[in-house]
Amino acid sequence: MTDEIEPLSLNVPEPGCRPGDTPDFSDFEIPRAGAVPRPPVDADPDSIRDMAFSIVRVLNKEGEAVGDWAGALSTDELREGLRHMVTLRTFDARMQTAQRQGKTSFYMQHLGEEAVSCAFARALEDGDMNFPTYRQAGLLVASGYPMLTMMNQIYSNAHDPLHGRQLPIMYSSKEHGFFSISGNLGTQFVQSVGWAMASAISGDTKIATGWIGDGSTAESDFHAAMVFASTYKAPVVLNIVNNQWAISTFQGIARGGVGTFAARGHGFGIASLRVDGNDYLAVHAVAKWAAERARRGFGPTLIEHVTYRAGGHSTSDDPSAYRSRREAAAWPLGDPIERLKQHLITSGNGRRTATPRPSGDPGFGDFCAETGRGRRHPGRWRCAQPARHVRGCL
Amino acid sequence: MTMIEAIREAHDVAMAADDKVVVYGEDVGFFGGVFRCTAGLQEKYGKSRCFDAPINESGIVGTAIGMAAYGLKPVIEIQFADYVYPAYDQIVSEAARLRHRSNGDFTCPIVIRMPTGGGIFGGQTHSQSPEALFTHVSGLKVVMPSNPADAKGLLLASIADPDPVIFLEPKRLYNGPFDGHHDKPLVSWKKHPLGDVPDGSDAVPLGKAKIRREGADLTILAYGTMVYVAEAAVAETGIDAEVIDLRSLMPLDLETIVASVQKTGRCVIVHEATRTCGFGAELMSLVQESCFYHLEAPIIRVTGWDTPYPHAQEWEYFPGPARLGEALNKVMED
Repeated sequence: MTDEIEPLSLNVPEPGCRPGDTPDFSDFEIPRAGAVPRPPVDADPDSIRDMAFSIVRVLNKEGEAVGDWAGALSTDELREGLRHMVTLRTFDARMQTAQRQGKTSFYMQHLGEEAVSCAFARALEDGDMNFPTYRQAGLLVASGYPMLTMMNQIYSNAHDPLHGRQLPIMYSSKEHGFFSISGNLGTQFVQSVGWAMASAISGDTKIATGWIGDGSTAESDFHAAMVFASTYKAPVVLNIVNNQWAISTFQGIARGGVGTFAARGHGFGIASLRVDGNDYLAVHAVAKWAAERARRGFGPTLIEHVTYRAGGHSTSDDPSAYRSRREAAAWPLGDPIERLKQHLITSGNGRRTATPRPSGDPGFGDFCAETGRGRRHPGRWRCAQPARHVRGCL
Repeated sequence: MTMIEAIREAHDVAMAADDKVVVYGEDVGFFGGVFRCTAGLQEKYGKSRCFDAPINESGIVGTAIGMAAYGLKPVIEIQFADYVYPAYDQIVSEAARLRHRSNGDFTCPIVIRMPTGGGIFGGQTHSQSPEALFTHVSGLKVVMPSNPADAKGLLLASIADPDPVIFLEPKRLYNGPFDGHHDKPLVSWKKHPLGDVPDGSDAVPLGKAKIRREGADLTILAYGTMVYVAEAAVAETGIDAEVIDLRSLMPLDLETIVASVQKTGRCVIVHEATRTCGFGAELMSLVQESCFYHLEAPIIRVTGWDTPYPHAQEWEYFPGPARLGEALNKVMED
């Protein structure tokens, strides 16, 4: 350091990889599956601070479920989980196509993030309320919401339950614990805390979940939600879906110099942890832990789901303009569907006859006939070509 | 009783009748609010039904929307209307639209109370009148009482309403009617007939204006503190004006307004808020659309100036009886 003071310059973070670059995730530390212990549900947030810097993972490279967080779901439940994720991916592919055909104005797919909402939904009980963003339709799919009704909403047709008042995919279903999606960012996060406070005020045992993306954690409402959740010890599970990209803005613009998004919870004394968002078993196990913690009055949990948005932000977006086309394939946490499929095969439960078959879609069986491929390339990310997974059923 | 006591009583009546009514805001719990409108409620109804909130208006409104979605009826206080702007997104994009966007699947029965208006040397951050920022938003009701009896009745109606209501309390009127003559001693509500607040739970319906003075020559449209300024100006000019207290800006009692202007043929509108795009502009349009062939003179607005609310020059800014009186005379001469 010299005595002379240099002119200041502005720090604008940049992602490691732009179009044309070779994706490099070597800085991304991924703990071994099973490495993070499962604390008791009444754990003091201070005693689990390290969980905000690690990642809860259950499925290892071989597809085995290992560690404290494994074993929460039966084989039938896992098969059903796979069916939910495949259903969502298939539905997405069809609706994406429908938008390109001019049948609807807009669509947002979940490609690569299916495990987050599909697995989380299984940890909740009837009467709980989700305050989702636009990329958690798995909460509906996994809770039995009719796909036809989703399509009616997307098409804004005469059977649309919202009477054409909302943008496609901005669903609302009180009956299915799915709060009306706003479309504005972050507003629902603090509303979920209010719903949870109301449950506590009323002496109820229901819980709320709030959802927000990595980019929207920068909104003031994120801070508001954390303050209110912390102060009133609200029975709420607050989820950050870190899918690395907020339209064209990489997560470092919202995260700044902080180590992880989950670590933001520390300043509020909120139990905070990260989970492998592409690991169905891990997402479910962590959701179950946080939901029980909330329901038993031990307070809120902040969960960062580490995942990757393999598709565009919406049908109005072309990611090749701002990130490498090869980045999705290089994403080190793989594809949630491939990983669960591999697990079912590895554990001896993924036979050809055990095909996840979405109701009303008899052509879907081919998907699981491909299971051998997953074994040859266990960690391989193949979502860059979404149609390949689902082509057989279209 | 004072307007503060009347507002407190409305809370009390509503909380006693329905345990879904919860009350919170900054300093609202133990202390009972900086203007004491919620004093005693925490002691009476417990900390889970009346409590202090963090200083985060967006959070206060945002959590209230969540509570309403659960099935509660939150009545929340924004400490000053001037502090509401951080919550504007939650009010405009969320509370106001929830019923519409979900096609009735979710609703938002919340009351957002806030002290409003000037006349207390509050400077730019404790004097604003932002009513037009809310009347402009589809899905909101906007109410402003001018006396204790109306404050209680309108607040009870607002709490009973199934949709969000912005409840603006003219803070200059909290302890007594104010005619704009700031150098005169304060008159207490105890000596005013409208300080005699009825017992019980009778509501004053939203959307009904009150004719405060009948007159034949001119109609003055006023609300909040300006009702007393109007009465003072009428007394000082001797003009036989009809003074209408709108009480509720949205829904608006257009019927009463139109009947009056068609009778008098002249109209002056007065409000504290800034002039351009103020609620007076909307009133002017409505009166013109409905009463054009009855008008004997152009409609005039008397308003705050298009500047931030000043501190030292408060009485040059505040539309007092002198400025309003000039306008009344001008309209009569035209």
